[in-house]
Amino acid sequence: MMTTNRIYIYKRFERFWHWTQAALIIFLAITGFEIHDSIHIFGFQKAVQFHNFAAIALIILIAFAIFWHLAFDEWKQYIPTQKKLVEQIKYYLFGMFKGEKHPTEKNALQKLNPLQRLIYLGFKLFMVPVVVISGLLYMFDKTIDANGIVVSSGIKLENIAVWHTFGAFLLIGFLIVHVYMTTTGHTYTSNIKAMFTGYEDVETEEHVEKASEETESNKI
Amino acid sequence: MKKAILLIIGFNLLILIGIYVFKQDDVVDIKLEKLKQTYAVKPIASVDHSKLPALQKVFKTPQEVTLACISCHNESAKEVMTSSHWNWERAGYIEGRGVEFLGKKNIINNYCLSSKDNEQACAKCHIGYGMKNNDTYNYRDSSNVDCMVCHDNSETYQKGSSMAGNPDRNVNLAKVAQSVGLPIKSNCGSCHFYSGGGNNVKHGDLEEAQFNCSRDVDVHMASDGLNMECVACHTATNHQMKGRLYSVSSDDQNRAYCEDCHTSTPHLDKILNTHTARIACQTCHIPEYAKVNSTKMDWKWSDAGKLKDGKPYETEDSLGNHDYMSIKGSFIWKRNIKPDYVWFNGNAGHYIIGDKITSTPIQLNTLNGSYNDKYSKIIPVKISTGDQIYDKEYNYLIIPKLFDPEKGDSAYWQDFNWNDAATAGMKHIGLPFSGSYGFVNTEMYWPINHMVSPKEKSVSCAECHTRDNGRLAKLGGFYLPGRDRNTLLDFFGKWLIILSIIGVVIHNSMRIFTAYRNKQVETKIINYKINDDDNE
Repeated sequence: MMTTNRIYIYKRFERFWHWTQAALIIFLAITGFEIHDSIHIFGFQKAVQFHNFAAIALIILIAFAIFWHLAFDEWKQYIPTQKKLVEQIKYYLFGMFKGEKHPTEKNALQKLNPLQRLIYLGFKLFMVPVVVISGLLYMFDKTIDANGIVVSSGIKLENIAVWHTFGAFLLIGFLIVHVYMTTTGHTYTSNIKAMFTGYEDVETEEHVEKASEETESNKI
Repeated sequence: MKKAILLIIGFNLLILIGIYVFKQDDVVDIKLEKLKQTYAVKPIASVDHSKLPALQKVFKTPQEVTLACISCHNESAKEVMTSSHWNWERAGYIEGRGVEFLGKKNIINNYCLSSKDNEQACAKCHIGYGMKNNDTYNYRDSSNVDCMVCHDNSETYQKGSSMAGNPDRNVNLAKVAQSVGLPIKSNCGSCHFYSGGGNNVKHGDLEEAQFNCSRDVDVHMASDGLNMECVACHTATNHQMKGRLYSVSSDDQNRAYCEDCHTSTPHLDKILNTHTARIACQTCHIPEYAKVNSTKMDWKWSDAGKLKDGKPYETEDSLGNHDYMSIKGSFIWKRNIKPDYVWFNGNAGHYIIGDKITSTPIQLNTLNGSYNDKYSKIIPVKISTGDQIYDKEYNYLIIPKLFDPEKGDSAYWQDFNWNDAATAGMKHIGLPFSGSYGFVNTEMYWPINHMVSPKEKSVSCAECHTRDNGRLAKLGGFYLPGRDRNTLLDFFGKWLIILSIIGVVIHNSMRIFTAYRNKQVETKIINYKINDDDNE
């Protein structure tokens, strides 16, 4: 029997982290591509100042997020699995068009489908580290030592810049597809709504967990 | 979806507001204020020379003045006589040559070519008397040291033209001798502003406008600013002046740096401070030179010698500068010039009289440096171009005899005969002349160090950090954010974004289409079912 259930999936910190990160990444993309001289909004000087400011903000946010993932075992959500991976891909490529149901079930303990696990893990372990590490190398390519002498890292700036730009392109590609994929939930907007409220309407074969049974301790 | 977009925009606005709240705009630069206070106080002489008994007399010759000076300053002449102002050469290590004595005696410039053969006129800017000939001049005679040209504070002393460095006959020597002091602008400027035979001809950043200029022209020397003297920066110990220019200098010694006062991290902003590792202060702080009067950018000797009715003539450009002179050739003058930029590590090479020509245009001085040399910085330069006479067979530049007071002594400026001038000139310096001459393109590099603009007028970030036509557009070999990119990566990135969008659009269209179709099928099935139900 198919039922639509309202379940609590995204916790308060998770939602704060998600939207702040989204805003920062978009802001960094805008200012970053201004530094790349692809667009003109703030002017180069301001773009650099803003970019560096937002970069620090993002790194602080990521530090909190890493702590959250480790402290509350949320990292386990991203352990990749092959189970139903092919079915998930087939669903997006064909099944969806035939009106089939999602092959995987969504709940607080299993928020991500196998494809999401893989892509988000790539996001966390590759895309973000690439931009953050290359960004830090960029930021600290030249530093000033205790004697007021400017010290260069010795790494070719071109290599740093190429990796940083590469990461930025991947993130934008991710962003476009990611935003679109949020519309593939129960309804076009149910996934986005869930990221605001924490609660999502999901179709389940049987009753799993009702929102009302959600304990306060889980709402971190 | 709308909510998400609004949220993102809201967050971005929050970030912007945050940045503006934390931004510190009106921070006082204490380091700079202290410097201003230091240089606002002008030194006052502790001796009034007009009261000294040794100077209360009529001086018949300038040498008598020198002897009077030496009677008290009994070691000063020795100091002066070890300086390049006196010797017109300096020992230094030059890449590819070893230790070499180099200076006005043996280099060639892009203007009146060389001091050799023309000492009578050129010695106007020698701090000595009677230098008619470089080779025979007695560089050990201390009575020939010209103290007054540097120390006259009455602004009445001047050297006569073509008088081998002797003062003009109208100068009141006693008055000058009694008014000596630390060098002021007019002392240095009388030579350094007029080098090359006229105001601002050579340097482009040193000219008579700096006697009395606004802060926009020169923030240091401005009469409405700190009104600093040249020697405020170009200090001297025992008459050895600090600072040198690579038109005549070669090695990275005894230079005057902006950093001497301003430190290597003068900005309140960290990013600007780290720029100093590879960019000289002048690069951003001298956005243009020749701000008031034009400077000579191009000099073609090959055009010289045209006569009107058998007589030499001159023409002027729209700004009143000579653009043609029969004796010298054609010129291009420019004003308010954006400098060229080169990598420079403080060491320069020079074309020395007699050197074979290896490539054209001949770089009369070569500024060494590159991005890969970590001691190199980007500096602004004036590149003076032109052509000069050379020996086609021996393949070196010719020093023609230019000046002579009389006609018929082979001087080009009198007789307009290159062959005679070359023969006489080369004979004088002791190099063979084949008789076959031509003209070859030459270049000379003049680092721009003066005419520093107020900080509000310094070069802005985007003037270099821009894709096309930036100030550093011609300077390759390194990655400059905003200007450079990896074209392959940008191609990949562009198509990644385009294909992502296309993929998303196609996928969504198919969803809409199939959803519509499935709905129709569904309706049919339901209808069918209803029919079935009816049948039961």
